[in-house]
Amino acid sequence: MSKTYHLTAPLSEADVVQLKAGDIVYLTGVVYTARDAAHKKLVDLLDEGKELPFDMKGAVIYFVGPTPPKPGDPIGSAGPTTSYRMDSYSPKLINEQGLRGMIGKGKRNQDVIDACVKSKAIYFGATGGAGALLARQIKSAEVIAYPELGPEAIRRLEVVDFPLTVINDTFGADLYKMGRAQYEVFE
Amino acid sequence: MREIKYEEIVKSVKDMILYSATNLPKDAYKAIQDAYDTEKSEVCKAVLKQILENADIAKNEARPLCQDTGLAVFFVKVGEDVKVVGGSLKKAINEGTELGYKEGYLRASTCHWDTRANLKDEVGYNLPAIIHFDIVEGDKIEIEYAAKGGGSENVSRATVFPPAKGRKGIIEYVKQVISDAGPNPCPPLTVGVGIGGTFEKAVISSKHALFRELGSKNSDPVLESMEEELMVLLNNLGIGAMGMGGTNTVLGVHIEKNPCHIASLPVSVNVQCHSSRHMHIKL
Repeated sequence: MSKTYHLTAPLSEADVVQLKAGDIVYLTGVVYTARDAAHKKLVDLLDEGKELPFDMKGAVIYFVGPTPPKPGDPIGSAGPTTSYRMDSYSPKLINEQGLRGMIGKGKRNQDVIDACVKSKAIYFGATGGAGALLARQIKSAEVIAYPELGPEAIRRLEVVDFPLTVINDTFGADLYKMGRAQYEVFE
Repeated sequence: MREIKYEEIVKSVKDMILYSATNLPKDAYKAIQDAYDTEKSEVCKAVLKQILENADIAKNEARPLCQDTGLAVFFVKVGEDVKVVGGSLKKAINEGTELGYKEGYLRASTCHWDTRANLKDEVGYNLPAIIHFDIVEGDKIEIEYAAKGGGSENVSRATVFPPAKGRKGIIEYVKQVISDAGPNPCPPLTVGVGIGGTFEKAVISSKHALFRELGSKNSDPVLESMEEELMVLLNNLGIGAMGMGGTNTVLGVHIEKNPCHIASLPVSVNVQCHSSRHMHIKL
């Protein structure tokens, strides 16, 4: 049966090894936004032996490109983007830099799933297309790198009770496969 | 010759964009409610509840339903007896698009295909709009608009079959496209299918099929039966809301047909996420 957890980011190894695919997590704390363009820049920095713009150890990255904030709001609508576009970058960040969590929607490839097992990281799903609802749980947002990327800039977010579902856990399980297997009807 | 002012078109397009970004159409809202009522998976039920709550928040607080506010796609029917005065129709639609996206604090999502640089300064904020024009009889201008997100567009596919593939081949193809897409396009989905015509005609038809009201019946009895068959087959895939595994994967299957070349059977599948933002006006 699926369990519900309240966790605080950055996350420790102990935080994530208890989680199983299908569990519900309400996440509070600091998460960083990055989409493909920002991921490419981060990996380029590592290849050049340079320092990253934020501490990756225990970090949670949210794959999101928000709408511009209305005056007085910290952020606009902010739901997850499709995660496979980050598949070629995530394993390096997980295995070499200690990235502990990713928030997105949609399938990850086997390399990411393997990295989650090897280095103890979690892939969380948030509800795509629920950008207005999810933005309510974001209390502050600050661009910390690559402002020229606009919606794709890296932002430091403070979130409270951000609603997530564990898709890929540290044991190699995949909720998308498990869920579908349960409900697929073969003629 | 009837005349319509350029400014009237700009304003109508802008208003349509602002309204669509924050108001889920009634047909989509109802289809998601029906999915919620019938869903067997508790996980998917919770997702569908979030989607409905999100629509309520977006409407009440005038916030974009989704951060992917899409590329602006238009199907425009221009009557032969109507003339736009004060500027061109194409320019008016683009200007209305830019104003709407800016005023609504919507995302500028158009970029260069290679450098991926945002085009908001070079071309215009979320420009160019994607516009399909048609010339028709009469003195009206009819504009259908949809905000088309990238996630569901990325899983859309088209092919040209040999005629022998027939109905069975088309059904298998649609099923394969949705099965391969899995959780990525944000189900529950509307599936637009274009059959026949030339290669590009099938693709455009599959896009236009997405504009049809959810819950409406196809006027062609053969296509209606194919839609019903596909609804069952696609929901049987078990993908469920956001791919978490469940009984509601599609909200509707909409098929449009065209006469074919004797040698070919083009088929296109255009996928729409649950945030089906579309609108229709007649000027």
